[in-house]
Amino acid sequence: MKDIHDIEITINGERRAVTVESRRTLADVLRHDLGLTGTHLGCEHGVCGACTVLVDGLPARSCLMFGVQADGREVETVEGLGTPENLNTLQQAFMTEHGLQCGFCTPGFLMLLTALLRENPNPSDDEIRDVVASNICRCTGYAGILRAARLAADSDAIAT
Amino acid sequence: MVSDETPDRDEPPQGGWVGRRMPRVEDPYLLTGRGVFVDDIDLPGTLHLVFVRSNFAAASIEGIDVTEALLVPGVVAVLTADHIRDVIPIRGYLDRAEFTVTDMPILAAEVVRHVGEPIAAVLADSPYAAEDGAEAVDVTYGVTAAVADFEAALANGAAAVHEAAPNNVLVDITLDPSPDLDRVFEQAPHVVDVEVSTGRLAASPMEGRACLSYYDDRTQQVVLHSSTQVPHTVRTAVAASLGLGESRVRVISPDVGGGFGVKCVVAREEVLVAAASRLLGRPVKWIEDRREGLTAGFQSREQRYTLSGAFDELGALQALRADIMCDVGAYSCFPYSCGVEVLMAANELPGAYRVPMYRVRSRGVATNKPPIAPYRGVSRPQAVLAMERLMEKAAKAVGIGPIEIRDRNLVARSEFPYRNVNGALYDAGSYRESLARCAELVEYDSWPTKQADARSDGRLLGLGISSFCEPTAYGTDAFGARKMSIVPGYEQATIRMDPNGSVVMMVGTHSHGQGHATTYAQIVADRLGIDPSRISIRQGDTDLVPHGWGTFASRSVVAGGGALDSAANTLAEKLRQIAAHLLEAAPQDLVLADGRAQVKGSPSRSIAVEELARVAHHASNRLPKDLGRGLEATESFDPQGTYSNATHAAIVEIDPQTGGVTILRYVVVEDCGVMINPMIVDGQVTGGVAQGIGGALLEELVYSPEGQPLAGSFVDYLLPTATDLPIVEVHHFSTPTDRTPMGAKGMGEGGTIGAPAAVLNAVNNALVHLGVQLERVPIRPSDVIAVMELASADRGVVP
Repeated sequence: MKDIHDIEITINGERRAVTVESRRTLADVLRHDLGLTGTHLGCEHGVCGACTVLVDGLPARSCLMFGVQADGREVETVEGLGTPENLNTLQQAFMTEHGLQCGFCTPGFLMLLTALLRENPNPSDDEIRDVVASNICRCTGYAGILRAARLAADSDAIAT
Repeated sequence: MVSDETPDRDEPPQGGWVGRRMPRVEDPYLLTGRGVFVDDIDLPGTLHLVFVRSNFAAASIEGIDVTEALLVPGVVAVLTADHIRDVIPIRGYLDRAEFTVTDMPILAAEVVRHVGEPIAAVLADSPYAAEDGAEAVDVTYGVTAAVADFEAALANGAAAVHEAAPNNVLVDITLDPSPDLDRVFEQAPHVVDVEVSTGRLAASPMEGRACLSYYDDRTQQVVLHSSTQVPHTVRTAVAASLGLGESRVRVISPDVGGGFGVKCVVAREEVLVAAASRLLGRPVKWIEDRREGLTAGFQSREQRYTLSGAFDELGALQALRADIMCDVGAYSCFPYSCGVEVLMAANELPGAYRVPMYRVRSRGVATNKPPIAPYRGVSRPQAVLAMERLMEKAAKAVGIGPIEIRDRNLVARSEFPYRNVNGALYDAGSYRESLARCAELVEYDSWPTKQADARSDGRLLGLGISSFCEPTAYGTDAFGARKMSIVPGYEQATIRMDPNGSVVMMVGTHSHGQGHATTYAQIVADRLGIDPSRISIRQGDTDLVPHGWGTFASRSVVAGGGALDSAANTLAEKLRQIAAHLLEAAPQDLVLADGRAQVKGSPSRSIAVEELARVAHHASNRLPKDLGRGLEATESFDPQGTYSNATHAAIVEIDPQTGGVTILRYVVVEDCGVMINPMIVDGQVTGGVAQGIGGALLEELVYSPEGQPLAGSFVDYLLPTATDLPIVEVHHFSTPTDRTPMGAKGMGEGGTIGAPAAVLNAVNNALVHLGVQLERVPIRPSDVIAVMELASADRGVVP
């Protein structure tokens, strides 16, 4: 028994129409229905945060959300940040501070910190650390991620 | 050269590219979500595979009913062992009498030996339908007795995991190079005993294992995309299981989201995905979920060390006796076999210390748990933990301090090259110097005062040290001595210059976070005198790169870098010859620098490398025929092994109410010879320490006595987060090795190796006034509380 829904999501500013089963996760909608494979799945139970996207501006685990729950909402993914030729301030800070190794968890951290820096452009180191602790990175030990967030926050350019 | 300085970030170009903190060329595409991991590849007509896995640790399979599963909409097929009778099981093999051979079935047929063992594979049009189908498969089990740890496995009358090993011992190695050892123990002024044990861990890369296979009719190849560290090794195993020659299998490993060893062996799932695709004639994809990763993937680290050390009056270690046990789980991984931890533990226990006499027995014990595979450092974090506990206890017995006992026993600079008791020959390092520097950085001399002051304020602080060396980049001699069925160790590299002067490096190692595209380009840029931005990498594709052994065991910069260096030299020589012909100079008078071939001492006579490349390809009629055509070179490198070293120090605080341990400060002084890219070295050290701390304080795959996993998610298996970890202060010495052309040593595992010992020693230092000590990691808060209560019960005092 399948129940099918036609939904519309504004993704990175572009309206996209998709037909989904009720149980289809937002992560699968993004990755496999819309081809936005920059959002990654690390645990599929909401702990690691690799799949973090912004829904109406707030960080959300796209593995714990159904696609239908995003109907009519605005979703931002890593594909909506800078391009390889023109990284945004936060992405550039990750590169400068070696905030990534394998790069699998990185899109989740970028979206998480994008939301932080919009809400609080001048976070303290402790505030950064608390937010970074929402997600898991197995490669870096977080040092580079923390430095990158600090650098992005301190930079004159608007971080996101 | 010994320095404690890291080069500045924006060092000017002179002096070459090696040694610079170059930003990584991998980063822009990874930072924009444009990496390609296996699950990012969608092929038309793909079937999604979900495994039906055993619910029991030991059982006979009485029946598998797939009727309901086949009725689930979208399910196309359910495969069981009956469907793949011609697929050959995986055999991890050591050709030695102390080893019992056991096969790892691709799908279990008659019996299961651990929870999570694959029994059937459901294939469907979507992963959702495949999950539905897997739930509908009905397996009837005849549950039998399980052995869940080595105590149970070695008990009288214990059930045998394999008939071939009735006593559950699959490997039993004794090294006895010192016949006079017992006499030394009898006469030693101090004999110190230690028993240390370590919990079972899951390497847990953020990307789990993942496979996608299809058949390419054009090349008549089984193509397998797999998230692996070792594409050629996977090709060898999959080809063998499918009964094909290796050239009929192409393994492509795209971007890999971390590995840490768990992806340097070949899994049943990789074979089954390829076999299923062959059988069904469609692409087949399997993406491991985290529960599978934790409960059915390869595991590691569960060991126990029982050591006795004989020390002289001054605290010099005279002889070491050890009994080691490794819980190897139910099967042998390919290619290392279940002996991988057992052999390394026995061979490398002496570590950075002078051990004149040695005797060890090391056993691999089968249990009804998933098989082990190497995990960052393999047995070294545990062996170092054992030796560092021995040194702590010996210091106390002899009446000297922790720094003094280590300084007295670490191999001194004047002793290199140092041949250890097992015959290993260490290249030069800074063992004592790193200890002294680390002690200075943490102000060890004033620690007792600080600790006492804190204690008088009711705070429990501890400082712990660990010193070790890290054998890296084993070559074929070292692997050959293990007597595996295949012998890894060498590496090959091809370097090709295109007509526009850009260079492609093709190499058998496979970066999965280490930044090889950047570091290798730094090495080759120096040899060819061109900018690294002109150099790109191809890796992870068995059709594209020379046969090689992948990335594991801190080998890539040594073995892959060594092969690339050699190939770059060959290509550079050819460029000089071409330039010599065009400039009418002698090849030996030409230097490659700044993108040009220049005649020494005659700056006006030079030619751009781009022009050499253009002529070599598009105007080769201008060149003598005996120069040969094209601009490509392939060379190999078979390393002798290099030995990095480090001293770690941890300062911890124990919360006496909760037993929780917080790391206040963490200092590393390490020496990996010449650093190709210090930024990447620091990243490897810091990330390694994070994993070591995880194993010391948080992570453990707990099993019930029935062999049921009790940690099946990241809610139960705790990976360190940003608030669990200190800022790691990384300092360097640089003792170049003469065993690589660049002077660089391998260094990917050291952080993980040193951390558990530093943390355990620190916790014990915090408890020292209570007269109690812990000898196991992970250190759970309940363990800390338990020993503190024990202490207060013994003494009638409140801690």
